[in-house]
Amino acid sequence: MTVYAAASLSEAFEDLAAEYEAANPDVDVKLNFAGSARLAAQISAGARADVFASANGATMSRVVAEGRTAAPPALFARNRLALVVPIDNPGNVTELEDLADDSLVLAVCAPEVPCGALAQAVLADAGIEADADTEETSVRAVLTKVTLGEADAGLVYATDVAAGGDKVAAVPLGPQIRFNDYPVAAVSDRAVAADFVDFVVGPDGQRILWSHGFDSP
Amino acid sequence: MTDRPTSKEPNRRPPIAIVAVAVIAVAVLALPLVGLLQRTPWSSLGTTLGETATLEALRVSVVVSLLAAAVSVVLGLPLAWVLARLSFRGRALVRAVVLLPMVLPPVVGGIALFFALGRKGLVGRALHNWFGVDTLIGTTPGAVIAAAFVSMPFFVITAEAGLRQLDPRLESAASTLGAGRWTVLRRITLPLLAPSLAAGATLSWARALGEFGATITFAGNHPGRTRTLPLAIAQANEAGQPEAAIAMSVLLIGVSLLILIGLRHRWIAPRAPQQQSSPESSPS
Repeated sequence: MTVYAAASLSEAFEDLAAEYEAANPDVDVKLNFAGSARLAAQISAGARADVFASANGATMSRVVAEGRTAAPPALFARNRLALVVPIDNPGNVTELEDLADDSLVLAVCAPEVPCGALAQAVLADAGIEADADTEETSVRAVLTKVTLGEADAGLVYATDVAAGGDKVAAVPLGPQIRFNDYPVAAVSDRAVAADFVDFVVGPDGQRILWSHGFDSP
Repeated sequence: MTDRPTSKEPNRRPPIAIVAVAVIAVAVLALPLVGLLQRTPWSSLGTTLGETATLEALRVSVVVSLLAAAVSVVLGLPLAWVLARLSFRGRALVRAVVLLPMVLPPVVGGIALFFALGRKGLVGRALHNWFGVDTLIGTTPGAVIAAAFVSMPFFVITAEAGLRQLDPRLESAASTLGAGRWTVLRRITLPLLAPSLAAGATLSWARALGEFGATITFAGNHPGRTRTLPLAIAQANEAGQPEAAIAMSVLLIGVSLLILIGLRHRWIAPRAPQQQSSPESSPS
């Protein structure tokens, strides 16, 4: 079974797949992580995925509109936007408003990618005109640039902060910050695809997702 | 079959098996293009290509690829001369290192560029301290460096081959007649080398025009500065705008084809083997 999942789900879905395989020894789960938009484009072009987990509804709806899903999508996780800086914080970023500083090297997701759409909305909410130096096609590419210290700040998901390890620090954005709800859908009509979706939405799946910092929708 | 020593082919029937495989090879290379052209929305092509974002990406592509080709020539010509004319220990190693970007996945090149020229990189720190270069992410110079990294080997290998095919007697004759080193270089070597240099420069330009992986990894994706056509195409494709991606692809293919057709006498069609290899490969 092949599962296409948003880059931000990497660690959580590796755990989910391991636990699912442990419970279903005859199933071999293959995981493919990338930006949701790229995965959606691949599935629309006919990629042989069994399950698609997207980082927002808009990207999932493109796949649904192409008639590529076997069942209606279900929401399974919630992820908030986070502002990360290298651990030594060279740009001295302490709040979202600091991103208006043009001398800051800022990495964000491209607006076509869910994390980019979310970042755009958050910046618009706050009335901040931030000139991003690079628009990456996956949230993990943003994180990498911050981890390497090549960017002074990056807008990622709350769950990505942990993946950055001790190389990045999160700047608190408050509990009211916008979030994305993640939908998952069976793409193929194989029984195991629907079963995996049930597992992700169900209590065991939710427990694993919480352990990686996701909330329930 | 006869053994008559004539210029006629001993067997005029083309070997069917070879031709059949050759047809398959052409299909493998050409079918994706045919598929793309068949899906191209020709009626709306003009509108899509006229959009500001497309024109901007085209402009960035042209500027970045031309600058990268210029860098390749300026740095690559002396290098080609050293590789062709000087023998020194480790020359094979130097050549291997120089040609490595041709086989390396460009994304590896992009990551490696970070560790060399990035803020925390070997040279990047010096750039920062001495020249006040804060970052190359999202800057056109960064995109040019990434493109030059992958395209310079194409110039070096072509120029080196040209230099090796030069008849050294022409140069030594000139210096015997009293021409100084620079005069020989200017009046003999470079003019004889011109076709190879033109081919190498065009080839490295074409490679720079198609560059994607090193650019997006090292220079990032910034509209108007580093977002070249290949980056814009990938982004449009992932954004669920296949029409825009197709239109820009057709544009890029058109430009690339023009370059390659322009080059066909230089690089694409090597001389037939039965012609004794002449010291100079320039078309007569």
